[in-house]
Amino acid sequence: MNEPILSIRGLTKTYAARGGGGGTWALDSVDLDINPGEIFALLGPNGAGKTTLIGAVCGLVRPTGGTITAFGHNLAKDWRSARARIGLVPQELATDMFESVWRAVAFSQGLFGKPYDAARLEEILRGLSLWDKKDAQIRELSGGMKRRVLIAKALAHEPELLFLDEPTAGVDVELRKGMWEQIAALKERGVTIILTTHYIEEAEEMADRVGIIQGGRILMVDEKRAMMERLGTTEAVIDLAAPLADIPAALAGFALELSEGGTRLTYRGGNGEGKGRAEVAQLAQALTRAGIAFTSLDIHDSSLEDIFVGLLGKEREAA
Amino acid sequence: MHFSLRSAYAIYRREMGRAFRTAFQSILSPVLTTSLYFVVFGSVIGARMEPVGGVPYGAFIIPGLLMLTLLGETTSNASFGIYMPRFTGTIYELLSAPVGVAETLAGFVGAAATKGLILAAIILATARLFVPYEIAHPLLAAFYIMLVAASFALFGFILGIWADSFEKLGVIPMLILTPLTFLGGTFYSIRDLPQPWDAIALANPIAFLVSGLRYAFYGVSDVPIAVSLGLTFGFLTVCTIIIAVIFRTGWRLRE
Repeated sequence: MNEPILSIRGLTKTYAARGGGGGTWALDSVDLDINPGEIFALLGPNGAGKTTLIGAVCGLVRPTGGTITAFGHNLAKDWRSARARIGLVPQELATDMFESVWRAVAFSQGLFGKPYDAARLEEILRGLSLWDKKDAQIRELSGGMKRRVLIAKALAHEPELLFLDEPTAGVDVELRKGMWEQIAALKERGVTIILTTHYIEEAEEMADRVGIIQGGRILMVDEKRAMMERLGTTEAVIDLAAPLADIPAALAGFALELSEGGTRLTYRGGNGEGKGRAEVAQLAQALTRAGIAFTSLDIHDSSLEDIFVGLLGKEREAA
Repeated sequence: MHFSLRSAYAIYRREMGRAFRTAFQSILSPVLTTSLYFVVFGSVIGARMEPVGGVPYGAFIIPGLLMLTLLGETTSNASFGIYMPRFTGTIYELLSAPVGVAETLAGFVGAAATKGLILAAIILATARLFVPYEIAHPLLAAFYIMLVAASFALFGFILGIWADSFEKLGVIPMLILTPLTFLGGTFYSIRDLPQPWDAIALANPIAFLVSGLRYAFYGVSDVPIAVSLGLTFGFLTVCTIIIAVIFRTGWRLRE
């Protein structure tokens, strides 16, 4: 196992309340390790602390406590070496609107201490389909293009660790898929990516690992596959041709519920890796063997979104 | 101490680019305003005025008018330069870059000071069209103009970090610097004021700056040049210390 590229321990950020009194905990003792070369998705509702966490690593937020180590450098002491290898694409479309695309990206290259490299800038702009717009003022571009300019600026100094804060917010479906491909291409080149997103489909599609954050606390961090296997379920709704008074003994081995006046059987069980679907197939065969006719069968596997919503619901109940 | 010349130059180049992109506002407008002063007070009214301390009135007002533009424009340029990224959110890039206070100041303050020097050169050349004058100590004048430009660019940088609205950004140059420069002996010698106004006028720090530049131009001044230089150096030092503290604490920059 490689050493983490980013290691966060006990990271805390509190904001003092106006007029005294108890402050707000934006981050509450966050521990997190990011492995080199992975795509890590940080999921959480609005105000969960995602952007604050990114800000603390990138130097926009002053942590109240805890340590952040990136590439083996303690960020509080050796911030220059670490920051030179980190890129950030912010959530807001913050750019100098009157600057041309080329000059804006060249500025970022210089700001991070890199020598002017026109070939590298061209490669970045072509890769993000911005080459035709290189001389255009940023204000003339569409929202999706502005988002790509921000990505180009973040890539200008060739970061090894890239933060993407809501990279596809406000981007249409087609462009979103294009961005997923670009993010996947960055991973291919060895860039470690941490992304926050509201589109859980995005995390499901791209992430190797997922972290769920709420109220400034990390609720769970796991590999996406393992999380879905552990917490995922399958639900099957079977409408029967004739009502049943009770669940027959032949179906006793299945997790079933009878409803709608005995005309609907609902199965809930399995995991996120196919066990549930296999059991539903066995259930269908058992129904046939028992001579119970059914008119429809609807199967639904829980998504990462279902798991996410379920976890947050449990957390709220516990609070 | 680590210093990245490339990072500083990137900021400097972008700030200079912004000035040339808005050349009318940042260069032509102040030059036009100052030229009008030269026409009205220098050529038209100045021709009927008695010389002050042996200097013809038209020439006498040049250092004061130059200081008026230099202070106002350098402060505004530097304050606007750092306030706009804060306002638009583009400051994230500066804060996340491997850039410290030295590169930031060299870039932002260097550019604001350079713009001030370009303005000063254009204003002096323009003044020649309306008023004849000779500079007694040209090297001292150039050094003093650079010192004042750098000091007020630092002051403007602090102002741009302090301000949380466009209104506050304009308050100090409009309501403090301009009146103090007018009352700081731009159009008259403080020595000619009746008592106790001559002593009261010396409570105005801008009077020392105008006097210092007038000495560099004509060898005459209301206060010794050493006092003017010392005060300006002191102001520059205080501003630098304040900015260093701001960067260390992250006040108004980092959450």
